[in-house]
Amino acid sequence: MSASLEKGINALKQVIDAPIASYFNSCVHCGLCADACLFYTETGDPKYTPIHKLEPLRRVYEQEYTLLGRLKKVVGLSKPVTDDELDQWQSLVYDSCTMCGRCSMVCPVGNDIVYMVRKFREGMAASGHVPDGIKGATQRTVEIGGPMGLKWPAVANVIRKAEEATGLAIPVDKEGADYLVLLSSMEIVNFPEYLEALAKIFSKAGISFTLASDAFEATNAGIQIGNSDIAKVIVSRIVDAAEKLKVKNVLSPECGHAYMAIRWEGPNLIGRPFTFNVVHVLELLDELRLKGVLKMKSTFKEPLILHDPCQIVRRGGVLQAAEPLIQQVADNYIPIVDKQKWNWCCGGGGGASAIHTDEAEALRAKVFQVKKRQIEEAGVSTMVTFCANCRIVMEEGVDHYEMDTKLLGLTELLAEHLED
Amino acid sequence: MNELQFLTWVRGPGLDIAVGIFVLGVLWRLFEIYSLGRKKDLAAPRHAAGASGLHTVFRRSIPPPGGVKRSPVSYIGGYIFHIGLAIVVFGFAPHILLIKNLTGLSWPGLPSQFIDLAAVVTMAAMVVVLVDRINKPVKRFLSTFGDWFTWTVTFLPVLTGWLAVQHLLLPYTTMLALHILSVEILLIVLPFTKLFHAFTLFGSRWYNGKVNGQRGVPV
Repeated sequence: MSASLEKGINALKQVIDAPIASYFNSCVHCGLCADACLFYTETGDPKYTPIHKLEPLRRVYEQEYTLLGRLKKVVGLSKPVTDDELDQWQSLVYDSCTMCGRCSMVCPVGNDIVYMVRKFREGMAASGHVPDGIKGATQRTVEIGGPMGLKWPAVANVIRKAEEATGLAIPVDKEGADYLVLLSSMEIVNFPEYLEALAKIFSKAGISFTLASDAFEATNAGIQIGNSDIAKVIVSRIVDAAEKLKVKNVLSPECGHAYMAIRWEGPNLIGRPFTFNVVHVLELLDELRLKGVLKMKSTFKEPLILHDPCQIVRRGGVLQAAEPLIQQVADNYIPIVDKQKWNWCCGGGGGASAIHTDEAEALRAKVFQVKKRQIEEAGVSTMVTFCANCRIVMEEGVDHYEMDTKLLGLTELLAEHLED
Repeated sequence: MNELQFLTWVRGPGLDIAVGIFVLGVLWRLFEIYSLGRKKDLAAPRHAAGASGLHTVFRRSIPPPGGVKRSPVSYIGGYIFHIGLAIVVFGFAPHILLIKNLTGLSWPGLPSQFIDLAAVVTMAAMVVVLVDRINKPVKRFLSTFGDWFTWTVTFLPVLTGWLAVQHLLLPYTTMLALHILSVEILLIVLPFTKLFHAFTLFGSRWYNGKVNGQRGVPV
């Protein structure tokens, strides 16, 4: 994929639609979106004001789609968007935006700012202004199958180990199963217990499931980088496998962006509705809880708080599932003030955690202070979440500040205490 | 041109020109924006209570949790000057008479002492939000010529109107003519500046509520 400024500007022209036009015309520069963004609240630097991150997109809109802007362009009064400028904006759109969508919740005129960031990234990707970390992850997903370069034999290995640990069969490429289980590389590598947990829960609930050897990766680096063509290729693998295996549901793993990619962007990327349902693992677990299948043999005693991953909760709509599930397994769950759709991001979503420059890592550590405060205010040493990426990012934050906080995955926590 | 001729002009041809540009400008801008359209969302919707475009159109008039505490000037100052403007523009008897002449619509006016008070409070709130724009790093950083310009063209009609009614500074006829002129400038620039949010905010809130409502999130 060769990138150029011209391609970038064209991509921006293509993504501009009526909502974006309406949003830019509504902005009154009140700056209230800054208060909603952890990159502003934790640094105090006005350049992190969410709407400012879209300035080049706004100018392309004005110059191409408004009468006055076109006039100004003709007489040479407007400043064209340049490569240098987009280069400067790269860190604003990727390093310091996790697409958490909190800004879209507070804008008084109603602007969906994160919607615009997602679209702006299309132009950034097409013009070649993308952090190397995300570029690499995207390339590996396209060429090898996953953002971490993981191949099927590694997954097969995890499956075999999970079978040994649980004594349960984990089917692969089985037709007609109720659920096609997707994983995220992060889980396969760092939290293989996830698969064990699922196997136990499925067996208990009498639900059939399968993995697909040609579509195990649920994450979609194409969406994080902002390239819809690549995102479509990646999501098509899952759609093809699900349709070939004739499954009723595809189970999205805990990972937040994976859920966004398959559940909400997926049908729009391939240009048609799915023939199967996409279910987030917490939705399934909550359903099983309501059916009384999810019985606990013991509970977690220590006080804990919950971190709601942005892409699953605020942006994904799985608003209510986590709380009753955590209450089922934990004796001392402490609800925090900014929870559910108001939760603060871990600081590493939207591909940000794949950026390993010194500046990006220092910024990530800095903005983790918002989570640190939440943990300290609640006075707990355990935080539960349901996104492998959030968990890794927050573990790095915990290490950075030398805190004694333990991070747990909700599905695993449930599985650990599940009645045998 | 003497004062009377000036007043006659702003009341006659001046007003016609301004209203004409305003109406055509608003229609053009609305067309220019909303004719861009958008793609249909093909993902299976999730339904949730309170999650829709219409809900968000209303809900966004209420500050988010903790918002007023974090940015008191923006919220309280903003409420006061918007409501104040509405009271002064639509509650003052001579304004209602003008609207009646233009459109045939009419409603009872508010007592003139109350309008006086509303005008003063509105101006005070506008000055406070202006100072906040100068003082707050984020607001100052975001501000462009357009922000100072639109503040001025919004402030002048209130100021000149109040001065005219109070018979201050200039002879009544001159001040009244200046007042009408300032309103005409406001009408002309409104469709082409950030003041157009008065129209697009409904669409913006609706789109945001709709897109997120599709996912079952009340925003």
